[in-house]
Amino acid sequence: MINDDSARDDSRTKFNRRNFLAGVAVAGAAVTSAPGAKAATSPDAPAAPPPRPSALPPNAKMAAAETGTPQEIKGHEGGKPGSDFMVDVIKTLDIKYLPCNPASSFRALHESLIDYGANKQPEFLTCMHEESAVGMAHGYFKASGKPLMTLVHGTVGLQHAAMGIYNAWCDRVPVIVIGGNDMDAAHRPPGVPTFHSAQDINALVRDFTKWDDTPTSPQHFAQSFVRMYKTAMTPPYGPVMMSLDAGLQQEPIRDYGGEKLYIPRYVPSSPPQGDTGAVKEAARLLANAERPVIVVDRAARTPNGIKLLVELAEALQAAVVDMGGRMNFPKTHYLNRPPNVVGQADVIIGMELSDFWGVVNGYVDNGEHGIGFNESKIKPGTKLISINSVELITKSNYQDFQRFQVVDVSMPADAEATLPALIEAVKSAIPDSRKDAIAKRGDAFRKASANGRENVKKAAAIAWDASPISTARLVMETWNQIKDLDWSLVASEGNVSNWPNRLWPMEKHHHWLGRSGGYGVGYGAPASIGAALANRDLGRFSVSFQSDGDLMYAPGVLWTAARHKIPLLAVMHNNRGYHQEVMHIQRLANFRNRVAYLGNDMAPLGTSIENPDIEYHKLAQSMGWWAKGPIKDPAELGPAIKEAIAVVKSGQPALLNVWTQPR
Amino acid sequence: MQFSVRTLAVVAALVLGSGAASAASAEKGRKAFVTNGCWQCHGFEGQGSAVTSNGTVLSGTELPLEAFEGFVRGSNRAMPPYREAILSSADLADMYAFLQSVPKPPAVESIQLLK
Repeated sequence: MINDDSARDDSRTKFNRRNFLAGVAVAGAAVTSAPGAKAATSPDAPAAPPPRPSALPPNAKMAAAETGTPQEIKGHEGGKPGSDFMVDVIKTLDIKYLPCNPASSFRALHESLIDYGANKQPEFLTCMHEESAVGMAHGYFKASGKPLMTLVHGTVGLQHAAMGIYNAWCDRVPVIVIGGNDMDAAHRPPGVPTFHSAQDINALVRDFTKWDDTPTSPQHFAQSFVRMYKTAMTPPYGPVMMSLDAGLQQEPIRDYGGEKLYIPRYVPSSPPQGDTGAVKEAARLLANAERPVIVVDRAARTPNGIKLLVELAEALQAAVVDMGGRMNFPKTHYLNRPPNVVGQADVIIGMELSDFWGVVNGYVDNGEHGIGFNESKIKPGTKLISINSVELITKSNYQDFQRFQVVDVSMPADAEATLPALIEAVKSAIPDSRKDAIAKRGDAFRKASANGRENVKKAAAIAWDASPISTARLVMETWNQIKDLDWSLVASEGNVSNWPNRLWPMEKHHHWLGRSGGYGVGYGAPASIGAALANRDLGRFSVSFQSDGDLMYAPGVLWTAARHKIPLLAVMHNNRGYHQEVMHIQRLANFRNRVAYLGNDMAPLGTSIENPDIEYHKLAQSMGWWAKGPIKDPAELGPAIKEAIAVVKSGQPALLNVWTQPR
Repeated sequence: MQFSVRTLAVVAALVLGSGAASAASAEKGRKAFVTNGCWQCHGFEGQGSAVTSNGTVLSGTELPLEAFEGFVRGSNRAMPPYREAILSSADLADMYAFLQSVPKPPAVESIQLLK
C-alpha cells in the first residue's frame, strides 16, 4: 500500500516529463530572479536591467514550435507510454468505432490507438466536427445498443461537441467522451495549447452528463474508464465525460511503489426495477379501470421491450399511445392509438415519458399579448401512474425534466425492467367478472384502428400531385422502394408531418430510432450516418428524411460517410427554411398586428434558406456521395429513389435533394 | 314582421359576402395565401398537416366565407389571428376563392402507393 508520504517521495525520485521540465523551468527562474535580488540587498551593485514582465508573448522560436512540425518528444525512452496502457483498457470494452476530429491534446492516445492498438476496437473514423462525432455515436447506439467513444479537444472541441452531448443526455443515450486537456500550466506549451486548456473542462457539460472524472494516474484512468462505461450503460443511459491530461497520456508509465497496474473487469449493472408494492398498486388501478391508457416514450430500450408492451396492452385491451422517443409498440397493432385517447381515460400509465405534463395537458400559444395558456386534456379524477428511470438522475440547471406533474403512483425505475412484474401483477389483478368487458374494449379498438388507417390515407392523398412535393408523397414514394428490404428509418428530422409513423408498418425496434432528444438541430445528419454504420454491420438498409437546415450545421459529416463507406439513403425534406422559426415569426407578427417583413423571400426575413437556393446534391457530390436533384416533380421521385437505392446497396451513401411542401 | 339585429347582420353579411366572393380572384388568392404566410402551416395547396394545422384541410373548405373570415379574424386557438390591419377582407375573399379552386384530391383507391 502506498501512503501519502511514499507517493510524494516517489514523485521526487522517478524521472518523468514533468520533473524534467520542472527542473529546467525552476533553473531558469533562478537565473532571471537573481539580479533583482542582489540589487535589493547591495547598493553598490551595478544597475539592474529593467524588470521583465512575468509573462512574455511567444518569441519566433516558440511560435514556430506551435505552428510547425512537432519536435521530437524527450523523455519517452523510459517504458511503455501511458496512452498504450489506456488503449489496453479501452480494448476490454469492445467499443467498435471512434468517430473523432483530431486534436493535439490527445495526440498521444490517438497515436497509441492507431499504431499500438492497430486501429481496431475501436477503429478511428475521421470526423470534421465534434458535434458530428457525438451525433454519430448517438445514432450508432440507437441502432445497435452499443456505445461508442469519442475524443474531443479540451476546450474548443468540447464546446463544439456540447450540443450533441445535450441531445444524447435528453435522449438517454450513452456516449463516452474523452477530452484532451494539458493541465500542467507550468510545463505545457504556451500559446495555442494553453488557450485550449482549462482547469476543469468537464464543467462545461457536467449539467448534462451522468458522471465525469479527471484521472491523475494510469491506474486512475483504468478505474475511471470502466466506471464511466458502466455508468453510461446503466439505465437510464446517458453520456459521460473524462478530462484526460495530455501529460498523463504522453508520459511513460511510472513505478508506483511496485504496485502492478490492472484493468477492472466490467460487469453490467442490473437496471432499477419498480418497488413491489407500487407495482401491485399500479396493477390494481389498471385492472379495474374502465378505459386504461398506456403512454410510452422511451420505454422499449430493446426489442424485448416491444414484446412486453404488447403483452401488457393485450392483457388489458388498453389503448397505447407511442410518443415516439423509441420504437415502443407496433404501428400495425389495433391497440396503437393517437394521443387524444387520453381524454377518455380513467387511468393512464406513463412509461419513460420525457414530458408527462405535456401528455395530460395542453399549451396553446395564443393567449393575450402572445402569451400562451394551459389547459387540461384529461377528465378530472383520472388516475396517473408513472414509471420513469430519469427521476433517478434529475439535475437542476437544464430544464429537460419539464413541468412537474403530480401522479398517483410514482416509480423511479426502468420501465422495461419493471414490465415483467407489472404484467404478472395485472394478470393476477383482473377479476373474472371484468374479463368480458375487457375483451369488448378490444373489439372497439379494432374498428377504430381500421377507420383511422383509412382516414390517414385520405389525408395523404390531398396534394398528392403538388409541386413542391407533398411530404406524404415523399414518404410513400420512399416506402415503395424500400418495403421489401430490412429497412431502418434512422432519422426523420425536420418534420414530415409524422407520415412515416402514420403510414409505414413499423414493427421492429430498428424501424424507428426516435428523434434527437434535446431538439438541438443538427442531429439528423450525423445520427443517421452513425446509425447507418451500425446497420451496415447488421445487414440492414438505412434510410433518412434529411432536412435542409439540419444538414447545414455540420455538412462535413457527409465526407465521413463517403470516406468510411457508410451506406445510407438520405431523402431530403428540403422546404427551404427553418420552418419552425418561419411560423414563430409569423405568429408574433400577427399578435402584434404587423405584416411580417419577407424581404425577397417566401418567409419572414431571417428564416428562409433561399436566394440562393443551396444545391445540396452538389454539396454531397463534392464529398463523395452519389446525389441527384433538385427534384420538384413528384413523377420523377420514384425513379430517382430507385436509382439511389442501387447505389446504397453497392455500399455507398446517396442523397436526393427533393423540394417539398413545408410540412 | 320583426327582425332582430343579429338576423339583419347575418343577412347583410351573406349579401356582402357573396358579393365579395363573386368578385374574388383565385389567382390573386394563391399569391395572397403565400405572401400572408398561410402556406406555412397549411401547405401551398391548403392541404394542412397533422402537426401544424391539427389536420385541418382548407382546400375545398365547406365553411361559408363569413365563417371562414370569422375564424381567421378571431382565432384564439393554435392559429394566430389575422386582423384587418394586416389582412384585408378583399385578400381574404381571394384566398377563399383560391381554396375553392384547388382540385379535389384523387380517390385513395386510384393511388397505387396508398392501397
